[in-house]
Amino acid sequence: MRTITMKVNGVSASHEVPDNTLLVSFLRETMGLTGTHIGCDTSQCGACVVHVNGKSTKSCTILAAQLEGAEVTTIEGIANGDELHPMQQAFHENHGLQCGFCTPGMVMSAIELVEKNKNLSEREIREGLEGNICRCTGYHNIVKSVQDAAGKMGG
Amino acid sequence: MYSTKFVKAKDIDDAATIMASTEDGKFLAGGMTLIPTLKQRLANPDCLVDLSACGLSAINDDGGAIRIGAMTRHVDVAESALVQKAIPAIADLAGHIGDRQVRNCGTIGGSLANNDPAACYPAALLALGGTVHTQNQSITAEDYFDGMFETTLEEAEVIREVSLPKPEKAAYVKFPNPASRYAMVGVFVAKFADGVRVAVTGAGEDGVFRASDLEAALDANFSADAIADGKVSADGLMSDIHASAEYRAHLIGEMTRRAVKACG
Repeated sequence: MRTITMKVNGVSASHEVPDNTLLVSFLRETMGLTGTHIGCDTSQCGACVVHVNGKSTKSCTILAAQLEGAEVTTIEGIANGDELHPMQQAFHENHGLQCGFCTPGMVMSAIELVEKNKNLSEREIREGLEGNICRCTGYHNIVKSVQDAAGKMGG
Repeated sequence: MYSTKFVKAKDIDDAATIMASTEDGKFLAGGMTLIPTLKQRLANPDCLVDLSACGLSAINDDGGAIRIGAMTRHVDVAESALVQKAIPAIADLAGHIGDRQVRNCGTIGGSLANNDPAACYPAALLALGGTVHTQNQSITAEDYFDGMFETTLEEAEVIREVSLPKPEKAAYVKFPNPASRYAMVGVFVAKFADGVRVAVTGAGEDGVFRASDLEAALDANFSADAIADGKVSADGLMSDIHASAEYRAHLIGEMTRRAVKACG
């Protein structure tokens, strides 16, 4: 067991957990932040993507213990009160989801993608979302959503 | 995941000392292979020694070669202006490993220490004739790889940095598995003043290897035409559900031709 302190969505969080606790378990089970999803057990699907110190990271493939002192942002931390983040709004308006299970990871991954490069081609968006799997949409409206959000995020 | 102990090492010597005190410890670099392995309960180390605070992530140019710290993340190699200028093929290789989340965590040292038979960096190290520097010694690429998932690193030996000589021209082209995105075949071609080196990953039963027949043909004439009709032997190549040895042999020829063309 160890006490891990990190900043989650801007608020300091300190919890005692076993050394082998994955970040996704720390978020979901210890902190009750269940917006971050577990879609596979093999680090492939990307439903669990969060930001660690600004970088998109699969929270199922990193230990909480590695992140002492880190800043973590989850899907719960990106809206401004009742006002959705432009990426969330774009997914809503462009029907960028069907069942919605992959959406938290998809949104977090897409935000980092757009923050790094606001003038993305369709191909760059598709390649940039390689680590996120969606079994419903066929990706078409996800790509449209990211293009839309890129414009609103200052592209 | 089995229960284990986690320790963050302060520096490379601290890491070696901690490792020596464990029964079956593992160094934790980026964790992109080790953590999925632990989750599947395919490994049961009593201790994980985290190397992230050991100060091993830096990229330098020492004139004839670039030196990349073992804990440098793939994203930082891909986006490094120094690497893009000195050996653009390395920046390109790093920018196409796994997915963006893998590149945000995975490290060059972790990749080389793991020596996955389908990893990209081993091909770069071997084709460039690079050197792995540890806290104890410097190991040339020829002496470093020791079969699938094996290297000549000793227990408790930690990679400090990797030096990669600058070639005249180089390119890496891979044929990724459609699902895993690992290289089914990846070929790194490097042209130096004293000859051409071709290293192949993803295909060999013993991991990464040099393709001497292709090297000889390209030494005589550095063009895709020189190997246009060249048949690559399937001896010693892997056969699995993804591809037969014969198909991998075909891909080696094709990826080599594409890499030579990409050298310009």
